[in-house]
This record gives sequence, C-alpha cells and structure tokens, in this order.
Amino acid sequence: MSRHIADTVANAIATPEKEQPFAALGLKPDEYAKIREILGRRPTSGELAMYSVMWSEHCSYKSSKIYLRQFGQKVTPKMRERLMVGMGENAGVVDIGEGWAVTFKVESHNHPSYIEPFQGAATGVGGIVRDIISMGARPVAVMDQLRFGAIDHPDTARVVHGVVGGISFYGNCLGLPNIGGETYFDAVYQGNPLVNALAVGVLRHEDLHLANASGVGNKIVLFGARTGGDGIGGASILASDSFDSTGPTKRPAVQVGDPFAEKVLIECCLELYAGGLVEGIQDLGAAGISCATSELASNGDGGMFVELDNVLLRDPTLTAEEILMSESQERMMAVVRPDKLDAFLAVVAKWDVETSVLGEVTGTGRLVIHHGGEEIVNVDPRTVAIDGPVYERPVAYPAWIDALKADSAGALPRATDGTELREQFLSLVASPNLADKSYVTDQYDYYVMGNTALAFPDDAGMIRVDEESGLGFAIATDANGRYCQLDPYEGARLALAEAFRNVSMSGAVPAAVTDCLNFGSPENPEVMWQFMRAVEGLGDACLELEIPVTGGNVSFYNQTGDQPIHPTPVVGVLGIIDDVERRVPSAWQDEGNNIYLLGVTRTELDGSAWAGTIHQHLGGLPPQLSLDDEKNLAHLVQGAALEGLLMSAHDLSDGGLAQGLAECVTRFGIGARVWLDEIIERDGMDLTSALFSESTARAIVTVPREDDVKFVGLCEARGYPVLRIGVTDGTGPNAQLTVQDVFTVPVAEIRERSNATLPHYFG
Amino acid sequence: MRIGVITFPGSLDDRDAQRAIRLAGAEPVALWHGDHTLNNVDAIVLPGGFSYGDYLRCGAIASHSPIMSEVIDAANKGMPVLGICNGFQMLVEAHLLPGGLIRNDHGRFLRRDQMIRIENNHTAWTSAFDENEEIVIPLKNGEGGYIADQATLERLEGDGLVTFRYVGVNPNGSLNDIAGISNERRNVVGLMPHPEHAVEKGFGPNTEKAMRSGMDGLRFFTSVIAKVLA
Repeated sequence: MSRHIADTVANAIATPEKEQPFAALGLKPDEYAKIREILGRRPTSGELAMYSVMWSEHCSYKSSKIYLRQFGQKVTPKMRERLMVGMGENAGVVDIGEGWAVTFKVESHNHPSYIEPFQGAATGVGGIVRDIISMGARPVAVMDQLRFGAIDHPDTARVVHGVVGGISFYGNCLGLPNIGGETYFDAVYQGNPLVNALAVGVLRHEDLHLANASGVGNKIVLFGARTGGDGIGGASILASDSFDSTGPTKRPAVQVGDPFAEKVLIECCLELYAGGLVEGIQDLGAAGISCATSELASNGDGGMFVELDNVLLRDPTLTAEEILMSESQERMMAVVRPDKLDAFLAVVAKWDVETSVLGEVTGTGRLVIHHGGEEIVNVDPRTVAIDGPVYERPVAYPAWIDALKADSAGALPRATDGTELREQFLSLVASPNLADKSYVTDQYDYYVMGNTALAFPDDAGMIRVDEESGLGFAIATDANGRYCQLDPYEGARLALAEAFRNVSMSGAVPAAVTDCLNFGSPENPEVMWQFMRAVEGLGDACLELEIPVTGGNVSFYNQTGDQPIHPTPVVGVLGIIDDVERRVPSAWQDEGNNIYLLGVTRTELDGSAWAGTIHQHLGGLPPQLSLDDEKNLAHLVQGAALEGLLMSAHDLSDGGLAQGLAECVTRFGIGARVWLDEIIERDGMDLTSALFSESTARAIVTVPREDDVKFVGLCEARGYPVLRIGVTDGTGPNAQLTVQDVFTVPVAEIRERSNATLPHYFG
Repeated sequence: MRIGVITFPGSLDDRDAQRAIRLAGAEPVALWHGDHTLNNVDAIVLPGGFSYGDYLRCGAIASHSPIMSEVIDAANKGMPVLGICNGFQMLVEAHLLPGGLIRNDHGRFLRRDQMIRIENNHTAWTSAFDENEEIVIPLKNGEGGYIADQATLERLEGDGLVTFRYVGVNPNGSLNDIAGISNERRNVVGLMPHPEHAVEKGFGPNTEKAMRSGMDGLRFFTSVIAKVLA
C-alpha cells in the first residue's frame, strides 16, 4: 500500500487554486474564504480538517455564543463567591468548603446514540468523565438524562436497550455510582433521542488543573488509548447535521468505547496529579488532536510544535488528516516539564498506559505540526480554537405559538366522580413518564465508592465528599419539553426551579448550575427564537436565585427532517450539605407521621401530565413561577431539616399531588390517609386540580407528631402556606392510599400499575 | 491484625473493602497486583470490579497477575481469602474454588439489595453469623450465574461447601441458588454479593427498619478478625 502523502504548507502556497472539499467537511463558502484570509493562502488539507471540526457548531458554539454570554454577565458578587472556575474551561469548579471543591457538567451525545445507541451512550459517559478528570478531580458520580420516542413505537426498544445497556456497561465498569437522571418518552424524540450525560468530580483546592500549555520547552505528551479510525469527523458531521432518511450511512463515524482503558486512565491521571507531574492537561473528545492541541496552545502563552509521526496508531494506514480528526476515546494530552518527564513516564508505565511525546511548547505563537518531515499545519491556534465564526442567526416568533397558547387545558372535561378520578390516577401512575423506572436504574450501580447517601428514586442524588465531617453535595437535573414548547422562556425557568427545588428537598443548599441545551436547527429562525428565549429565561432565573451557570453544552440540529424536537434545556443544580447524615429522603418510611402540603395549589393543568396522558393534549400556558416562593420553600425545608423535623420531603411537579403521594406510598410500602377538602376550600379549585395540577413551589413533607407544633410554627414564622393534609398509615399487604371521600387504592395495586409499564415494553 | 486488599487494573470496590476492614477494627493494607509480596498480612480480600475490563473471561487475566502466585501459596497454607464479585471470579479462575460464573440469565447487569442465607457459619469469613441466618447485602454484577458440573454440585452440597444461598429471588440463574462457596479447608470463600457495601449506617442496603441502614456485611470482616486472633 502506498503511503498517503500529506498536503504540506509549501504545497498549499504553490497550488493556491487547488479545489478543496470544504463543503463536505461542513464549512460554508464564507467560512472557507475566512480561513484563506486568516492564513493568507489556502489551508493545507490538515489545516482544513482542523478548522472544519473546530468551527463546527458542536465545537465552536457559533450560533449560540452571543446568547451564552449572558450567563457570564447576569451575575452578582454573591454568585462568584464559590466559583473557582467558571464557564469556558472543561467544567466549572465550585468551592464547597473545608478545602474541597466540586466540578460538574452535563453534555449531549444525542446523534451518535440514535445511530449506534450502545456505543453512542457509552462514549457519552466516557467523554464527560474525561472532562472532569481534566480539571484535576476524581470523578465520583454520573447521571443521565434520557429522552426517547413514543414507548410503543417499534424502534424505541432498540434505542432504549442500546442506550441503557451502553450507560450500564461503561459507567459500571468505570466504578462510578449512577445516582439519578431522567427517563422520558415523547413522540417528538422518535427520530432524535436525547442522551445527555452528567458527571461530578471532587478535588482539593490545590489540585485544580487547567487546560493550558505554558512554559517554553515543556513537553506535549499524548497518553491513553491508541489513535484509530473511529469517530473521524464525528464532531462536525454527526453533531452538526440533522438526520435525513435518504442520506448516506454515517455509522462508521460513531466512536467505540473501552471503559477499562478509561478506568486505568483515571487512576493514572490521579497518581500523576498527586505527584505534581503535570503542568496542564486536556482530554481528547470531539475533534481529537485538533481540538486538544489548538485549545492547549490557545490557552497557554506561546506556541506549540507537534510531530504527528509520534502519535501511536491502531491503524498504520491513517492519513495525517485522519489522525488530526480521529475521535478515538480514552486519550489525554498533558503538558509536562522536561525534568519531570521520567517520573511522568514511570507512573504511566505502572498503569500499563501507552504514551508518546509529541512535541513541545514553543515561543512562536504558532501551532506547527509536522508529518513525515514536512510542515503540514502552521496556524495561529487562537484562530482555530477561540476566534471561530460567530453568527447572529435570524430569529422569528413562531407563527403557531399564539394558537397553541390559546388552547388551554382548562376546557378539557374533568372527572365527575371518585371512580373516574381513581382510574385517571392509576393511568397517570402507569404512564410511561411517571411509571417506575427501576427497569432502567436497576442496571446501574449506585453502591460503588461507598459514599452514595441518596440515589434514584430520591428527588436528588447525594454523595458524601468527606468521610470525617460528612460534607457532601446533592445534584438533580430537570427539563420539561412540553412547557418549553408552550413558552421557552418560562419553560427554562421552570426547569431550573424544579432542579433547585429537588436539591433543596434533600436538605442541601443549591450553589451552582450546569445546562445541556437541546434544540432543533439553528438555521430555523423559529428554533433560534426558542433558543434565545430559553437562554434568557435561564439566565434571568439564575440571577434571581443567585446561583451561577458554571458550564454546559449546546446541542442543535435535534430534529428529523423539518420537525424539531420540543426545546429541551436540561438544567442541573448542585447543592452543598454540611453533613449528609442530615439528608432528607423523598418518601416516608414510618406510620403515624403527619403529612403537610407546602405551598399554594392553583388550577394549572396546561402542559401537565394529566392533560398529556388523559387527553393527549398540549396547549395553554405553563404554570406560574415565583422564584421568591421557591427560595422561601427551599429555606423552610433546609431549616426544618437542620432541626431534624422532617422524615421526608418530596417536590411536587409532573403529575401533581397525586403522583407525589403515589411515589411516597410505593417506595417503602407505607400507606396514607389524605383529605383534600381543606386545600380546595383554601385555594379554591376542583378535585382534578387538587390532585393533578402542577403548580410550582410545592412539596409534601412528613413530620413526627411530637414535632408538629414546632414545624407549623416554623412555617408560620416564615409566612409559608402550610396545610396538614393527611397521615401516614398502614403497612404490609393491607397498606393503602385513601383520599377521603374520593377513592381508595391498595398500595400493591399502585405498585403493580407503576412497575409494569417499562418491563412490558422492554423486559 | 492486617488485612490486605489487592488492587488490579480495573478494580473498583478496593477502597470500599479497605473501609469495611477499617470499620470492622482491623488495619487495611493496600496491595498491588504487580508485586510479589503480601506484605505480612493476616488475611486477603480480592475486591470487586472489572479487572482487565472482563476481557477473555471475568477474572481470567487477573488470576495470572504476579501477586496471585503468593495468594495461591498462602491460601493453600490456610490464610483466609475472601473473593467478592470479581474477586470470586478470580478465585474460580485460579482454581482455588470450583465451578464458574457466567452471564446473568436475563442478560442484564443487575443491582439490587439481595437476601442471602448463611448456609455454613464454620468458614473463616462467616463465623459471626448464625447458621441459616438470613441477611441482606447489595448485589451488582452482569456475570454472576454460578455453574458447575453435577458431580461438583453434589460435592459442594454434600460437604457443606455452599456457604451462601440466594433467598426469595435468584437474581442471575445460579444453579442451586448458590451465591457463594468455600473450599474444603473453609479459609477461602467467594461470593457474588458485596458485604463491603453493607458496613455503614446510611450507605448500606434498605432494611425493614430504615432506608440504607443495612450493616450485615460487617460481620464478614469481624469473623475473620476473630479467626485470626483466635
């Protein structure tokens, strides 16, 4: 086989008119012209490969950048207090006290997961975990936000089996507890499932590492798995192009993961950090070596020289361009001082990790790459990694949205008697989005590492960070695409509010936010409007709640043909808890406790699970949101938890009070007697609203009888609406949920209905 | 009292085993698979995980790690050895215990709080339990189905070498509901469920009394401490 000769810089100068396949690589004509202008010549094929991946939507954020800036602008001094590293690095870092810090981020792996669900989802976990390692942290938890097509569609089981199997395979093998997440079904995701992966890492303040190549003469070292032909162009071609059923197959572009290689890489990196052997570090994900070299060099103070021949290959026939673009997994790039190189290599050898020195940091300000003795890349790295194109794409108020908003669920027929309400209650409990998710979560290990204080189905996952003091963090993610379809501004705020509430219910204090913004094509002005409004909403709400966005990810082009998904901004909130022993579980475990409803219930059925499940309806306005109420509720629950007054606290959201009660009785099999007449009288609505309304800033908590006076006093002192609505009662086979004068359902029957749905389709 | 925990590439529950040993009152000693020393420990734990990514067969490559020659020697001389999950798979691959472990019959990785019965409380790792005592400890694996030929099964049953049996649910299709076994000398014990994840209030399995309160696993480690000190 003849060796492919790379296009050299000299060759590019000598043949300025050579036609280049920029369009096939995803570059627009004006972007290609801009590259020629930057370089003062045509790019070499290697340079073209680098620019094309780094300027893709996925890597450059060219359509979203102008909006994402708000997250950095809408901040108060209080929001910066705990922020050690903000947006722009691999992941944000938050000071949680006692010398500890937490880094966390959520990212999308949507398109690969549709084509090749198992590997797509597996490498999604792998990629986000490497982001966390790059900050100098030990990864300590993962969670996944999954949105699939209709549960009964013939293709859904293929995607579910693959995605869940891939996450289980990769995450379990890495030894990272999976502590939460979401599993959601809606036909809008049929041809474009959403697979978002979140990871959290823990570090001591002094161990913080950043991705920059500084110090002339320092070595550039590539270590981990060898570079192969997988995932070439995945970043630009997969993530920047929507699916078209008539297009060519893109299967080979999906990467293949090896969790064992990643586990060894984690331990190896942590030993390198502990020995102080690394000056800067960057993981290799989208755009592989192109991204790592240009970003490290851009963030450093000089230039970089790389000898591409030194890259260890799985497949010796790879061309220079393919080596630059390869997205082979489980690779890291480190900047190492020459006097520490031997010690570095010794650690890497101990873990049997393959390593090669590619080059060094230079003072030229240029990123220069040689292959076969010839110069094939010579660029200003900032033009590749930082100063990419920025678009202010056209936005248009969606023509259909006013009609949708006018179509309120208020006009839908309500149940007229207890029998019908009972059946609606059970239909909701068994509906795919509210049903028990054990089929999925039983495939995840949450025990490993021995620090998991809360995990699904609790409202938030919680991890102990310090075994001595009990210091820990809680984390929850939420998104409601239905609300966002009705109003993306309010929908994004509601997602943040729900995650904030979930974290607060656990007893933790929210401190920081990450987001994964899943939208349709930015070239569609209506989608761009949805995106603009969602980001504005999220930014405004973060400012009001005074918790900063520390990082995240944008995923565009989530659509099949012309049909975009519902706008789905997944919002993750991280909270801090001084001692995880004071955590509050989401469900009650004891009989004889009083059940209190906190907050006000309004008739808010638009966009609700009730409207969707019982009436297949989506229209109207999402529930009202007062972030002051959310803050007050959070402070109240945190205060009560601190005084040890709460046996459980459960946020009310999808499915309303009815679903909250169902989850509380099924979890540990403790029944309840509940009455609704006082709510109905105080708040003024009907039974359907009392049971299924999705009003915000509400929770149900249980309190031991002896603490009643103290608890009610606390609520009244803080002026928060509180009403005793029932008592926990009954255990064992006779346990039941009684809603007085409405219906009674045995807990066993609720469980049976809730537990049957997912296994029916996937088991 | 020093108990060694061997870390292999891909071990995951090694630090958890060390924590369990510490909470039981002994000194955990971290051992590295590539060394040829047991560092004067009194007992050994082979921890759970995915050593070598489960490539070839679970535990197969790790069973040929350098330190395993010392482990096999020590086991044959009577040192208490506990293999948990992947560690059990290694003991089987190293022929310290008979039989094999195959993919769960339902084909999925499964994590659940599992009830098991102590069938034999005369081993180095089970003396703190009552005979036939039923305990709950976490189970989490993809390849936990215990198999052996008929003659081996009969010998295991006849000689009282079945140490733990699944109760209520057989989570993976193990023959005779076998969750764990011992050798004839009863110093080497292997099981699929994870005692080291039921040692601390708040972080163990759910019990009748309260969520995450199960601590039944602690007695595996207090058993061996009593055995060594006796």
